[in-house]
Amino acid sequence: MHMMYFTEQPMSAYDAQKGLDYGATALTFSNSHFDSVAASRLYNEYLEDYILAEDCGADGIMLNEHHNAPFCMQAKTNIFASILAATTKRVKIVILGNPLPLCDNPIRMAEELAMIDMISNGRLVPGFVRGGGQEQLAAGVNPAFNRERFIEAHDLIQKIWTQPGPFRFEGTHYQHRTVNPWAVPLQKPYPRVWVPGVLSRETIVWTAQQRYPYIALNTAIDHTKEIFKLYSETAADCGYVAGPENFGYLIRVHVQDTEEKAIQNARQFMWMQGEFTGLAHPVWANPSGYFSPSGRRGFVQFATGRAKNPRGAMTFEEQMESTMIVAGTPKQVVEKLKWIIENTRPGIMGIWANDGNVSAADRKRCIELLFKEVVPEVKAHGAKLGLKDPWEANAPVHLRYSTDLTTRKAAAE
Amino acid sequence: MPVTWKDSVTEIAGSKMHLSRAGSGKTVLVLHHDIGTADRLPFYDSLAEQFDVIVPHHPGWGKSQRPEWIRHPRDIAAMHTWLLADLGVENVNLVGLGFGGWIAAEMVSQSPRTYRRLSLVAPMGIKPPEGDIADQAIVSYLDYPKAGFHSQDAFASVYGEADTDQLEQWDVCREMCFRTAWKPYMYSQTLPHLLGGVRTPAQVIWGDDDQIVPISAGHAYTKALRNATMTTVAECGHFAEMEQPAKVAKLVIDFINAA
Repeated sequence: MHMMYFTEQPMSAYDAQKGLDYGATALTFSNSHFDSVAASRLYNEYLEDYILAEDCGADGIMLNEHHNAPFCMQAKTNIFASILAATTKRVKIVILGNPLPLCDNPIRMAEELAMIDMISNGRLVPGFVRGGGQEQLAAGVNPAFNRERFIEAHDLIQKIWTQPGPFRFEGTHYQHRTVNPWAVPLQKPYPRVWVPGVLSRETIVWTAQQRYPYIALNTAIDHTKEIFKLYSETAADCGYVAGPENFGYLIRVHVQDTEEKAIQNARQFMWMQGEFTGLAHPVWANPSGYFSPSGRRGFVQFATGRAKNPRGAMTFEEQMESTMIVAGTPKQVVEKLKWIIENTRPGIMGIWANDGNVSAADRKRCIELLFKEVVPEVKAHGAKLGLKDPWEANAPVHLRYSTDLTTRKAAAE
Repeated sequence: MPVTWKDSVTEIAGSKMHLSRAGSGKTVLVLHHDIGTADRLPFYDSLAEQFDVIVPHHPGWGKSQRPEWIRHPRDIAAMHTWLLADLGVENVNLVGLGFGGWIAAEMVSQSPRTYRRLSLVAPMGIKPPEGDIADQAIVSYLDYPKAGFHSQDAFASVYGEADTDQLEQWDVCREMCFRTAWKPYMYSQTLPHLLGGVRTPAQVIWGDDDQIVPISAGHAYTKALRNATMTTVAECGHFAEMEQPAKVAKLVIDFINAA
């Protein structure tokens, strides 16, 4: 199993009351509430946390990016990936992910990632995402072409990494006449790409068609199983059998020496008023054209306050009960994580360990307990269950490098 | 005199386009707003009592099929021009409402002597010298249309409670706005330079309480067109022909009938 550390890098110094007064803590919530002095301290603390996670035995550091909101301070995930490339020695640098539709120049993205891969001596996992709806609005990128841009940018980057330049690329959204970057990845044929997600059926199907691992982002157990089932069915259509190496699961876990303290800190997972991305207008998360047309009717009712959020709004206690949040002493957490991996069988596990206003000392203690005491036991249990990560399974980087296909029916060449 | 509307479908550039038509006399092409249009409106009826009125749904809006390839209101303008050619009508009067006004302006800029009269009701399409065009992307499906009315009673009299079908339609309309006018949002950087050649006499009508398109854009249109006058309508928002149908209809009818 691959077990990696994750934090949203919360901008915890913002004044929550200001957000409540304004009624939103995303997109249009003014950055006049952003405190650069505190943020400077936090960025460096989070960097220390990553290095500690490596020292304590983490397999990887998972990074992401978001915009215009306090719940995540990383505005450009490649920045932290670059820093970690130079400041860590062993961990995989797992970007989940770069929002491809936001980039107007995928060549630059390919170059940056290639440089990070080389500087890190081949430790990069360059995951890709569509980016949430409000990321499109924050970047001024057309949400109606989000999926088209995602696929086209991916195809261009993949081509850059697998075919010598110069070549021309004449796409619908990207046109480049001299593609020939003098920076290509160290890992061959190209670095392993993982794709995280929560909702969209189309992304799950596309990811399975590429044979890229799909990382379910803190979905409920039943929903996670449904995602993996759909992936497996698509894999079968493509002629391969999906295994644990194709599945990842990000879950919120907080460990402390006492259960009381662990639960107290775990409540910080709700720090953005219980919403992952903070308080926001529904149309920011789902601008027209961004979402699958099949969801249109239900969504417009929700967006105008005539229906409840189809994703629900679970309390902290309900999320603890459903294991979407796990908190306790190392012993307690080990037992719960064993149960979770038995029931979801991921080869990759992201541990979202610290959020909100957890103190620097408590974050560090959590990381120590997690990777010195919890993770070794969970990994040992995973090994017994046959849960291999993509490296252990020697999985092909992409469907096109498969040697075991039973049919070529849906080969996504 | 009761007006009898007839709906039909015609294929333009590979996509099925829906249109309603009624009346007789001078031909008037009405180009609807970014939020689509009801099939029937008192304003349309008033025009059809005097003229041959054609109200198409823009490609991708309402009952018209979406062409996946369209990227700009100029594409919509070309499709409406194609439609007029297929219908065999000449010397057409254009009435452009809001976003439809932008499309009408694109049509006349491409063909400066073809159209008889141009009525622009709070058209988008030009970057307002003062203020910005309201961004529908960050407000709800209800709040955006409501913002286009000076009086919420007027909104209610047109849309009532706005049922789920209507909300869904507005989401489709909004997606089409994004597909065709995302960036720059709701204006063209080249259109203002092309309006000076237009020979068609024009009127520019603006509600005095337009919260969607700043009135400064109206002054800019009036200045850029070589033969245009501007009129404001009191107690009126952006969706002027719905909020003040009698007043706006009279202005348009008088203008078309003049000369």
